[in-house]
Amino acid sequence: MKTLSHVNDLAEHYDLVVIGAGPAGMAAATLAADKGAQVLLVDENPTFGGQIYRAVSSTPLKDRALLGADYWKGEAIGAAFSQSQADYFPGATVWQLSPELELGISSGGRTAVLHARRVIMATGALERPMPIKGWTLPGVMTAGAAQILLKTSGVAVSGKVVLAGCGPLLWLIAAQYLAAGKRFDAILDTTPRGNWRTAMKDLPGFLTSPYLAKGLKLMAKVRRQAKIISGVTALAAEGEGHLARVRYTAGGREVVIEADHLLLHQGVTPNINMASASNCELEWDDAQLAWKPKLDDWGNTTVPGIAISGDGAGIAGAEAAAERGRITALDALAGLGIISIAQRDEQAKPIRSELNRYDRGRVFLDRLYQPAQQFRVAGEDTIACRCEEVTGGQIRKAVTTLNIAGPNQLKSFLRCGMGPCQGRLCGLTVSETIAEARGSTPEAVGYYRLRAPVKPVTLAELASLKQSETEIRTVARG
Amino acid sequence: MVTADVIVVGGGLHGCSAALQLAKRGASVVLVEKDYIGRHASGANAGGVRQLGRVLAEIPLSVASMEMWHGIEDLVDDHCGFESHGQVKLAESEADLETCRARASALHTAGFEHEEVIDEKQLRELVPAAAPHVVGGMVSRADGAALPFRTVQAFRNKAERLGARIIEGVAVSDIRRDGRDFVAQLADGQTLSAPKLVNAAGAWAGRIAERFGEPVPLEAVAPMLMITERRAPFLKPVVGATSRTLSFKQFANGTVLIGGGYLGRAEPDTNRTILDYAKLGENARTVRDLFPVMHDARIIRCWAGIEARMADGIPVIGPSRTEDGLFHSFGYSLHGFQLGPICGSIIGELVTTGQTNLPISPFSIRRFAPSGRQSTGF
Ligand SMILES: Cc1cc2nc3c(=O)[nH]c(=O)nc-3n(C[C@H](O)[C@H](O)[C@H](O)COP(=O)(O)OP(=O)(O)OC[C@H]3O[C@@H](n4cnc5c(N)ncnc54)[C@H](O)[C@@H]3O)c2cc1C
Repeated sequence: MKTLSHVNDLAEHYDLVVIGAGPAGMAAATLAADKGAQVLLVDENPTFGGQIYRAVSSTPLKDRALLGADYWKGEAIGAAFSQSQADYFPGATVWQLSPELELGISSGGRTAVLHARRVIMATGALERPMPIKGWTLPGVMTAGAAQILLKTSGVAVSGKVVLAGCGPLLWLIAAQYLAAGKRFDAILDTTPRGNWRTAMKDLPGFLTSPYLAKGLKLMAKVRRQAKIISGVTALAAEGEGHLARVRYTAGGREVVIEADHLLLHQGVTPNINMASASNCELEWDDAQLAWKPKLDDWGNTTVPGIAISGDGAGIAGAEAAAERGRITALDALAGLGIISIAQRDEQAKPIRSELNRYDRGRVFLDRLYQPAQQFRVAGEDTIACRCEEVTGGQIRKAVTTLNIAGPNQLKSFLRCGMGPCQGRLCGLTVSETIAEARGSTPEAVGYYRLRAPVKPVTLAELASLKQSETEIRTVARG
Repeated sequence: MVTADVIVVGGGLHGCSAALQLAKRGASVVLVEKDYIGRHASGANAGGVRQLGRVLAEIPLSVASMEMWHGIEDLVDDHCGFESHGQVKLAESEADLETCRARASALHTAGFEHEEVIDEKQLRELVPAAAPHVVGGMVSRADGAALPFRTVQAFRNKAERLGARIIEGVAVSDIRRDGRDFVAQLADGQTLSAPKLVNAAGAWAGRIAERFGEPVPLEAVAPMLMITERRAPFLKPVVGATSRTLSFKQFANGTVLIGGGYLGRAEPDTNRTILDYAKLGENARTVRDLFPVMHDARIIRCWAGIEARMADGIPVIGPSRTEDGLFHSFGYSLHGFQLGPICGSIIGELVTTGQTNLPISPFSIRRFAPSGRQSTGF
């Protein structure tokens, strides 16, 4: 691996550009580079590892038991990548990817445009927003953000801590926190009780899943060390200027507890921001209640040359992510003419059977951890769009009185989704809130049309782009 | 089969404005939009409401439209986000100023006084943030800007309140003449029929004209725009430049909209637009040169809208050359937003009475007729 530190170090053309240095991206880049492709892996973080193996090569938490054996699996993937011939550009942002496979990359205030013959996006997942009343108060954060703090700097939030939400990652984060010697004043489980019924029919598949044993172990561990309240049906953060109390309802009874920190989490959804800005078609996944890119068996999107692997392709977890990265890399190699179709298919076989193992029981998890409607839709006084501070009530009013059909149409009235995040964080909440108000589905009301830049660029960065041919011609003409 | 007096194809500002004016005049109207109202040029544009710098032929229409903009709330029961702080063109050199003076005197000769040349002092009062090298410019004080999508939606809602029927999400897949009536076949199987037809199909309007035997030189283009995060307020009017292309404005909420007619690529068949970042880089350099305060501004979104551009840069407005009862209103060539209110009213008059007092002959589709066949008619 050759580490780049300046946009001037970039080649103008690469066979393959991989975006995102999580397990999927690292595995894809390693395999493709090992077979002789000219590969660039770009990631905005200072170190590789992605979300799950974040800072695996640099974390100050060297006690292996702390972050768990699964975390350290990232080491092997990282080591293989370090030994590859790929170019690696950390701390760099891909702010645009065109359907012609032109990429805009910026780092250190400079930007460059380069071309790829194939692109694999491995930009992972984002935490699903959990719009409860008071969730914008200081002291409330996503559990994922708390986990990042823990991994990168060994810091855990202090004082009275409440963890609330649902999903497999909730238990993982809880376990990592407890292992680090922190405690929770309460864990509020919002998994709707009715989900057990709908999930049951998929239980047999889950019984053979490699995640089952791990999951049960985690949950048992957390249960031994923390007070868990299940069946939570309502939740609000309260306080003046800072979180002071958490109000929840469980079993029909309302309870108020003191809290300095509330960590929220209700699962992750594919990060489709770049895919959408690159014109890749999306589809609604009714089990995962999220948009995901339309993909073929090799992870190819509807835009020729662009593939997606890892959780960005649909949530399947870290170990599946690395295998999915390899699958997309094999197809890229075949597309580049480095291996034959027959070789691709042959080499994919063992990977696919591995993948099948991870797939088992996914549906069960999806159904079991489907967050409840009241935690997906913004309530009357609850903020939906944080950048522009638009509430669920305002959205419902605009939708019904102004005859608004979807999120793109709403912008002009409430500026909802027009702030710095461009709806990348609140998109699901807004779609679901509009759908509820119209008595429709998120699939029917649609999603924000996300556009480049995928991350903000400064005017000065844009101005540093090479002149276009028309401009050169105009200048030459005087 | 649904029958009406008029079928309008296209739910951009021009289609909705025409539907509103027709309904107001008592006609029964059905408007068909293949995507959703305001999805294309009319909802994606810069919202510039500008008389400044228009070609002579458009000025009478633009002036009449401006009056309607200043009473927009009376027309559609919504303010449309319209604000009037003038539009200013910066002169960067003595030569630029000379161009401005020549323009003002040409307009004066034609009887229009809305464009004034201003010196450096007046310019800096209007645009304090302009770069030091700017020497003066030109202003049209009644000009301003509005919120595009909000505007189209207001015209649509008003048209509906006046009785127009709007069908969204379904394309007109074919139209033919059947005796007295036009019969429109919709993609979902419905048929509509009416004795009058309005072609307000924007970048797709050429297909309808061609269907009735009058092809036009129309290109679907994709003008690009970008917008920044909120900045401290520094600018009220909309600003352009004399010898570079720029459209620059700060909204009341602090965000700054940057354009300049730079084109990406339009794919009208798929509704997609593809941006050209090298050109946006050029656009960014112009802003950097003219507004030093912008150097650290962060761009949060770039986009483009699909727009119809005619070979001669002015729209097609008026009756068909080949088909009685067909009226065109398309090809607004990157500056049709401001003309929305008046052109709807012109179409309303033409369809219901056969005439209008405004000088629309320069916009006749006849200008594209093969020579010698100018008077074939219906
Ligand atoms: C980025 C950009 C910036 C601009 N800035 C300005 C500005 O600042 N000031 C200004 O005055 N102008 C500006 N313009 C120009 C202005 O937006 C357009 O001239 C104007 O909106 C054109 O309106 P329209 O109704 O003709 O077209 P559109 O808004 O494109 O409407 C046409 C509609 O017809 C529909 N349609 C087409 N075919 C069919 C079919 N077969 N069946 C059903 N429906 C169909 C389309 O889906 C479309 O919605 C800008 C344009 C763009 C793209």
